[in-house]
Amino acid sequence: MTAAHAGPEAHAGSEAHAGQRSGQPEARQGRDAYAGRDERERQVLERIDRARRRRPRVREERITMAHGAGGKASRTLVEAVFLDAFRNPLLEPLEDAASLRIGEPGAEVPEARVPGAGVPGAEGTRLALTTDTYVVSPLFFPGGSIGELAVNGTVNDLAVSGATPLYLTAGFILEEGFEVADLARVVASMREAADAAGVSVVTGDTKVVQRGKADGCYINTAGVGALAPGTSLGVARARPGDAIIVSGPIGDHGITIMLARGELDIEADIQSDTAALNGLAATLLREVPGTRAMRDATRGGVATILNEIASDADVGVLATEDAFPVRTEVRGACELLGIDPLYVACEGRLVAVVPGADADRAVTALRGHPLGTEAAVVGHVTDSEPGLVRLTTSFGGTRIVDLLVGDPLPRIC
Amino acid sequence: MRFVDEFRDAEQARALAAKIAALCEPGRQYKFMEVCGGHTHTIYKHGLEDYLPESINLVHGPGCPVCVIPMGRIDDAMHLAAREDVIMTSFGDMLRVPGSNGSFFDAKARGTDIRMVYSPLDSLKIARQNPDKQVVFMAIGFETTAPSTAMTMLRARAEGLKNFSVFCNHVTIVPAIKAILDSPDLRLDGFLGPGHVSTVIGCRPYEFIAREYGKPVVTAGFEPLDILRSIYMLMVQLAEGRCEVENQYSRVVPWDGNLVALKAIGETMELRPYFEWRGLGFISHSAMKVREKYAEMDAELLFKVPGVRVADPKACQCGEVLKGVLKPWECKVFGTACTPETPIGTCMVSPEGACAAYYNYGRMERHRVPVTIGERP
Repeated sequence: MTAAHAGPEAHAGSEAHAGQRSGQPEARQGRDAYAGRDERERQVLERIDRARRRRPRVREERITMAHGAGGKASRTLVEAVFLDAFRNPLLEPLEDAASLRIGEPGAEVPEARVPGAGVPGAEGTRLALTTDTYVVSPLFFPGGSIGELAVNGTVNDLAVSGATPLYLTAGFILEEGFEVADLARVVASMREAADAAGVSVVTGDTKVVQRGKADGCYINTAGVGALAPGTSLGVARARPGDAIIVSGPIGDHGITIMLARGELDIEADIQSDTAALNGLAATLLREVPGTRAMRDATRGGVATILNEIASDADVGVLATEDAFPVRTEVRGACELLGIDPLYVACEGRLVAVVPGADADRAVTALRGHPLGTEAAVVGHVTDSEPGLVRLTTSFGGTRIVDLLVGDPLPRIC
Repeated sequence: MRFVDEFRDAEQARALAAKIAALCEPGRQYKFMEVCGGHTHTIYKHGLEDYLPESINLVHGPGCPVCVIPMGRIDDAMHLAAREDVIMTSFGDMLRVPGSNGSFFDAKARGTDIRMVYSPLDSLKIARQNPDKQVVFMAIGFETTAPSTAMTMLRARAEGLKNFSVFCNHVTIVPAIKAILDSPDLRLDGFLGPGHVSTVIGCRPYEFIAREYGKPVVTAGFEPLDILRSIYMLMVQLAEGRCEVENQYSRVVPWDGNLVALKAIGETMELRPYFEWRGLGFISHSAMKVREKYAEMDAELLFKVPGVRVADPKACQCGEVLKGVLKPWECKVFGTACTPETPIGTCMVSPEGACAAYYNYGRMERHRVPVTIGERP
């Protein structure tokens, strides 16, 4: 790669100098003199943009923790390994849930639980299908346990795709020696969460592995939901002028888990925000039918979703740092650890893209729901700088918010 | 939030920016080096350059502890970590730095026992839990982190812990600044002094910069207003024809430093005759090793360390970036072959590295915040 680039780059450099000598007065005057100060820099930026649009490739020989962190490496792994192998039109959008069509156009949804879905749609019955696996450590933490996550996480993947969640599956991988009482606690919390979300766990599976081959208890859940006719959400539908809304304070879950591990000797009065978002999502869709997309902000945090909007819709995103709701405790912990709350996981927050004209109505609708009382517009979709997420900082400058690389690491000094 | 928001106030920033702009002599270019990687990070993370006039250029200095570690030392550490009887610990940033055979994280994926710690003291916990293993802490950093390594060694000695040692890579800032001042490549108008290092060593060690090299120094804090105010203080010195060491970060930095911390360093470590810096080459008396008195905690004596010098990858221009000769984007592989995901050079690894900061935060066309010159705050 390096060798292949040396030639064109050296060439680009000399061109730039020639360009500067000859002037290009129009382009210069059009922009700020400051922006024009380095044509060479702009060319480098364009080259980087091209490099970033190239097909991703996994370079590592082995899986590292970064592949699971929800950032750049995760995305590369999914695109280069899984999408490549399984490629089909249903998988390709890489949304939180796949949207499937069952039966002939005009057929009815078997159960009349879905508002509006009992009416035979011109497009047939559509189901949303998703799956997620839970390996959180510790298994129990302030505000919840792996059980609630396993139900809420999968319910949320369905809810943000616009579906009404109906049924879940539950698969358990248990480590030899795991206490039955703990398992019973996990399962009881799953039942409670399922009841709260209005879904049933209808089939499951259990495997036990030798001591040391797993960490207590891992859970996989899959979920099926029904899509009302005409529902079609996706971040690729974002358009310049759209507003981007976050449904509540960000980063609570991630910080709770980091502190619950006890490695940091920091204490704070915060708990996980794990919650089922189907009620909140349905409220938004009812009040703002033109909603373009929803995503739940889990691993990789809100920043990852903003980047997905920018890259999948090939638009720019301009967000305002001050607009993001962040609890003081979370901000404080982030400042101490040198991490950015924008990258910290939530388990009960969604990010919505709505047409700019609907922004106020969407915020009002979300705030009317108990899980969305602190909803706020945090940014807008722009036609400038496609593919980039820019942030106006509290300080008043502007910077990029990129996909996360690796695990969030604390700064060392 | 208290102690944070008051240092990030946009109103004050605009007022300072106006005062800075008013001090610029027409036609003159100013080049200030921020020595510390923490400053580089703040500058990009908050978009601080948007407040500076075109004639003021910030040059990123060598004060990123991860960035200055030469590849050979990383290979040495990997060699130690690969031993069956060793558990290696280090700070998170260090673990992503590539050696000639991948990073620590890659080694971890291959089964080497490498653990990230937030404090060197955590290594003692691991040592207590694993009495049959030797726990080696890969110590890195300037005088900022050296005291915590020193305190850990003192604690280990007090506890009588037999299975803890240090692979010492602590470096000292003053020889690096001197190397830059002596380098013919760069003409600077002043320095933003490293705030965190100064909490330990104080401001006195920089006096030679003003006295012998005629460059003003302002020791700066790490919030964006700290940095903007320090730039203003440098501009005032230049405008008034003064050349002194000033302390903007006086809420944290005592003029004489932290004597307790300095004593702990002095007790456990001593200067090496010379040490290799990435990009800057060998600099005499620029790093510390474990004092002989603590030889039982010196991993370099306990184990055979290859000590092979490894040349940087050909395409990598970290050295020029560290010296401030090249801007990150001027490096040939910046952003294409070398990205935070697939770093070739150290500057792309640590969030404090100039390349990573520029790539992650600054990779776009800048728009200056409009300021009214002559505005009186």
